[in-house]
Amino acid sequence: MAAVQALKCKECGEIYPLEARFVCDTCFGPLEVEYDFSDLDAEGTRRRIQAGPQSIWRYADFLPFEQRPKTALDSGMTPLVRADRLADYLGLGEVWVKNDTANPTHSFKDRVVTVALAKAKELGYQVVACASTGNLANSVAAHAAAAGLDSYVFIPSNLEEQKILATGVYGTNLVAVKGNYDDVNRLCLELAGERDWAFVNVNMRPYYAEGSKTIAYEVAEQLGWELPDRMVVPVASGSLFTKIARGFDEWREVGLLEGEPPIFNGAQALGCSPVAEAWEQGRDFCKPQRPDTIAKSLAIGNPADGPYALDLAKRSGGSIDSVTDDEIRAGIKLLAHTTGVFTETAGGVTTAVLKKLADRGDIGPDERVVLVITGEGLKTLDAVRGTFEMTEIAASTDEFDAAFGLADAPVVSPPV
Amino acid sequence: MSVTVKIPTQLRSVTGGEAEAQIEEAGTVGEVLDGLYDRYDGLRDRIAEDGDLRRFVNVYVAGEDIRFLDGLETSVDDGDEVTILPAVAGG
Repeated sequence: MAAVQALKCKECGEIYPLEARFVCDTCFGPLEVEYDFSDLDAEGTRRRIQAGPQSIWRYADFLPFEQRPKTALDSGMTPLVRADRLADYLGLGEVWVKNDTANPTHSFKDRVVTVALAKAKELGYQVVACASTGNLANSVAAHAAAAGLDSYVFIPSNLEEQKILATGVYGTNLVAVKGNYDDVNRLCLELAGERDWAFVNVNMRPYYAEGSKTIAYEVAEQLGWELPDRMVVPVASGSLFTKIARGFDEWREVGLLEGEPPIFNGAQALGCSPVAEAWEQGRDFCKPQRPDTIAKSLAIGNPADGPYALDLAKRSGGSIDSVTDDEIRAGIKLLAHTTGVFTETAGGVTTAVLKKLADRGDIGPDERVVLVITGEGLKTLDAVRGTFEMTEIAASTDEFDAAFGLADAPVVSPPV
Repeated sequence: MSVTVKIPTQLRSVTGGEAEAQIEEAGTVGEVLDGLYDRYDGLRDRIAEDGDLRRFVNVYVAGEDIRFLDGLETSVDDGDEVTILPAVAGG
């Protein structure tokens, strides 16, 4: 019997059937998928996972479906890279990079879209849509194309050109809305009320959000079925941050993992930091902000899961920190120079917050830390333009030697 | 003096299916909402708690979140559109 049971309000506990619904009728609280894992034994579940496909569907027991769906474009099973040079630079013991740029459209959003579209198809929808800061736009357009569904993708009109191009190419109906992400999101909420479409992050949101748990499952499996001590994760709406924690909690409940849950550190850009600001001021709610940051994929001024992100940071012994645009650019460079992973601005935020935590002395020397890198650097090229020098020469060995001051060096170095 | 309130699908079970309501003689968002509560039984409990809006309810005047304005004290003018929406989408 599948573990998935119902939708449940996170605020008042009201139960609803598994349909296209995201808000509690009674209290307006968000709905979340409810499971009953009591039939899962740890050993059998582990074997089923290990024999499963090389995608998020190996974790189908923990996703909101009666049976493992078939999807045209899968996601997940991205590398977990040990980052010793980054750890050395920061004076830390053990750092791992979860490189989610290695998804089909180069961000973690492929996980949530894979789940949302599978559910949309199961519920009989012909048209899918989303409000996006860019990565989700790429992903919905691609997965809809692969699945043969019509799609409408709504983005803020000032989005990075790379993200616009990498969306339009899939043949979606691309809608640039004059305004910021929060305006786009409000429009989609109104449209979702009037049209019989599956908006992945509106009426499909309870299912969509479940996809983020698979980052926790993969990290644990890739660490040899062990928990990390600390997770450093970017925070936009707060959904990814809180769902990774839920993933670890579910596996502890089933007995696949033992030990204390990790500490959770959330990362925001100072130019859009409603959750970090609430954390700093000791509030349990967020005041909306007008975003002004190069980290556009995190530019949500009105975060839906803000209160839950604050709660997680508090109960896990972590924090929510923010960094400036200059720190974000330095973060992108630091990750690239020490790990060979080129991340977009959101990953610059996460890396810069890791550095901040290390500099502050928050991280113990024996801790195993996982840095979640959610998107690819080629999506935000403007952030690195002008940050390094290039040497231009004629096709001449003399010019090369002169340019690099190598004229007196031996032509061929002997092997050492 | 009249303000149009746009009602989200989640609340239409208490408005008899109405998607819009006209509220007369209200000077602030708070008074607009009081006018709605008087008209529709059960609406208050859905979106308000202890005299304030529940934490997952957003209200906009002419597209602007009232938390950027003066909250429930935000003034409304003749012809303004007030929109009520759930706060749990996006991301």
